[in-house]
Amino acid sequence: MATESNYYVPEQSKLPILMALGLGLAAWGAGTWVQGGSAMVFLAGALVLAFVFYTWFSTVVRENMAGLNSEQLKRSYVWGMSWFIFSEVMFFAVFFGALLYVRMLVLPWLSEGETGKLLWDGFEASWPLYDTPAEAVGGAGATVRGPEETISPWHLPLINTIILLTSSVTVHFAHTALKKENRKNFNLWLAITVILGCVFLFFQVEEYYEAYTELGLTLNSGIYGTTFFMLTGFHGAHVTLGTFMLFVQLVRGLKGHFSHDDCFGFEASSWYWHFVDVVWVGLFIFVYVLGS
Amino acid sequence: MGHVAIADQAEEELHEPGSFITRYIWSQDHKVIAIQYGITAIVVGLVALVLSGMMRLQLAFPNAFSFIDPESYYQFVTMHGMIMIVYLLTALLLGGFGNYLIPLMIGARDMVFPFLNMLSYWVYLLSVIVLLASFFVPAGPTGAGWTLYPPQSILEGTPGVEWGIMLMLVSLAIFIVAFTMGGLNYVTTILQARTRGMTLMRMPLSVWGIFIATILGLFAFPALFVSAIMMMLDHLVGTSFFMPALISQGETVSHDGGSPIMFQHLFWFFGHPEVYIVALPAFGIVSDLISTHARKNIFGYRMMVWAILAIGVLSFVVWAHHMYVSGMHPYFGFFFATTTLIIAVPTAIKVYNWVLTLWRGNIRLTVPMLFAIGFIFSFVNGGLTGLYLGNVVVDVPLSDTYFVVGHFHMVMGVSPILVIFGAIYHWFPKITGRMLDERLGKIHFWLTFLGTYAVYLPMHYLGFLGVPRRYYAYGTTEFIPDSAQALNVNITVAALIVAVVQIVFIVNVIWSLVRGERASGNPWDATTLEWQTPETPPRHGNWGDELPTVYRWAYDYSVPGREEDFVPQNEPLSSDELKESENRERGEGQ
Repeated sequence: MATESNYYVPEQSKLPILMALGLGLAAWGAGTWVQGGSAMVFLAGALVLAFVFYTWFSTVVRENMAGLNSEQLKRSYVWGMSWFIFSEVMFFAVFFGALLYVRMLVLPWLSEGETGKLLWDGFEASWPLYDTPAEAVGGAGATVRGPEETISPWHLPLINTIILLTSSVTVHFAHTALKKENRKNFNLWLAITVILGCVFLFFQVEEYYEAYTELGLTLNSGIYGTTFFMLTGFHGAHVTLGTFMLFVQLVRGLKGHFSHDDCFGFEASSWYWHFVDVVWVGLFIFVYVLGS
Repeated sequence: MGHVAIADQAEEELHEPGSFITRYIWSQDHKVIAIQYGITAIVVGLVALVLSGMMRLQLAFPNAFSFIDPESYYQFVTMHGMIMIVYLLTALLLGGFGNYLIPLMIGARDMVFPFLNMLSYWVYLLSVIVLLASFFVPAGPTGAGWTLYPPQSILEGTPGVEWGIMLMLVSLAIFIVAFTMGGLNYVTTILQARTRGMTLMRMPLSVWGIFIATILGLFAFPALFVSAIMMMLDHLVGTSFFMPALISQGETVSHDGGSPIMFQHLFWFFGHPEVYIVALPAFGIVSDLISTHARKNIFGYRMMVWAILAIGVLSFVVWAHHMYVSGMHPYFGFFFATTTLIIAVPTAIKVYNWVLTLWRGNIRLTVPMLFAIGFIFSFVNGGLTGLYLGNVVVDVPLSDTYFVVGHFHMVMGVSPILVIFGAIYHWFPKITGRMLDERLGKIHFWLTFLGTYAVYLPMHYLGFLGVPRRYYAYGTTEFIPDSAQALNVNITVAALIVAVVQIVFIVNVIWSLVRGERASGNPWDATTLEWQTPETPPRHGNWGDELPTVYRWAYDYSVPGREEDFVPQNEPLSSDELKESENRERGEGQ
């Protein structure tokens, strides 16, 4: 609880207005970009956002290095990060909920009794749905086509699972090294983790490429394709963010930041990393293994 | 960022704002951010109020006004609902009152993350601007209804399908980003920045309500965020989350195999907790208003806290009662009807406790108290009709009629708004240092309170007649008698009066700001910490040199043997009280 020793009064700031401006630019730019316009507005917005985040977090780091952060504030960062991850858990829970709803509830209902015949003759509930209604009715000329094949879980996804699980272990090794003030090992294990994250992302891109070019599995191939890309895509975005966060911690580690009892920037990133790892295990089971 | 630890007073002076801009625009002070949130929310709420007036004009005098065509009518319906629920009520109760009250009530100097706090406001402002921008784009805002149900919301023919729906979804996504930043801050501040002696079970119920509502928000808003993203992709990229294969205006749409009902599940998984995100802060605030102005401790404090928690948990397992007519397994209907009726238990506990707090209290009928008592009436009314709609068999005939409109406006519109007004009258002296005018306040209260009854009670009757909601014009039907139209005219007149009466409130605020009677530091003789600040309005940093220390709970009103009828939370225990608490501890130890 608060005492007079951690007496602070927030200064003034113009950054938040800049951030709102950058966010607005980015949203507007993304809109025009997706509809075929130029990407310049989006990039400008993203640059403003990057500037704000850089200034923000470098100030946080500087304040911490200068020893300005009280114990209370440090605990607050821990709570803040925990609640943020809780909120993120809900984010993915909703995606998984949507997947299970379609698979476990909607499909069985559609195939029950007479309903299936109402859809089209010979409708069978299966997951994934290889035939979309458009194909069943319109045949080869249908605009919306189902996937020809799904990703086999035992090739790239399995490799990716091993990579991510390993990276969770390596980031833990980095943590223990830091606890023992073994800076060399800390940097080494952290660097390995970052590299593993990048390899994961590379394979993920490879897998998407394969899905689009060879399997006919696209965002537009009916409900299976949409849920597949949405879940794996948002997970991929989180891995990207997590890798970037760990990379920043690596840079800080090389600069000699952190000590065994003051390393929350690193700990927060590693929590986040473990979180995306757990989400991936869920994805591997529910999307890849049970989904093919 | 933004906490500069300050060892000496001289540096604090640096942060003491000088000009208007440095004071109200660049500031990271939680009180300023609260005022920014409050003013923005009220302004955007006034827009929504005007929209509702236009809808009522059309319903009373069909086709009499050329500027209200069917398209714009649906756009008004949509924008009115969304603005009122998300951009006014959520923002004002959590962003406004949450920001102002949390640090002051728990004895902190500011939020723990002031920079994040300020970020939250400006991003919220961006979401409001994006939303309002949809009035100025080709074809105007979306007319899909505030629930935005697909497939209709993104099909050709719905007003605003070109731009409006996208702006709405983007604005919601931005709002949720803003809310998450604010929400992390409120929760962490309550957990981390309480002053000495302020245990969780000594916190005023306002803080409890805001605390649990924020947690609900952190859990529920991601569902809306996800559905907004999914719908954007359906609309822009041609994915099929919510869009089934269907033929619209003679053409097959380029979507396939999605589930529109899934959107309803996701939306209401957010939407029902949202009701309590708005209601719980209102519950908390009204508890404090009633206790303070009845000069009595709140009845059953612990029970009130547990009821808030129970409502929070239950609010996540009742969502599908909004979907009884969407088609679901009868067992699901049974389950959701049961949970819905169970939620009435903690809610009823709260109502009993408010009434029992009033029971034989030394009631001061100040304006905030009038609004608080008005809230109890309108909330009980709206809550009871909720029991009708929570039952599947009763809901099915009443669904999508004016009964529903009457119900949710009573329980979710009028009730929190009455609390907000009460809270503004209550805390205005602390925020500005001046009292609001009592006489104008009473005029405002009575006309608003009676006016809303004149608006919403007849709607229940219209619902029983079977008048469907969301219709632009009714024409002639077999089941709607002509008298329904007469009633509609009456409702519109009442609604316009209520809308105009709000001018009295605005005049009162502006006049009192300049000429109002100067307020003392604690004009209501209240016990909670925000009334014990060294200055009124509190300066940057709130507490001067030393943080207050808390020795007792927030409800020591009319304590026997005391000369004054209130004991502030930061007053040390008297020797008698010390003896008593020692005895109690010894008793518990044995």
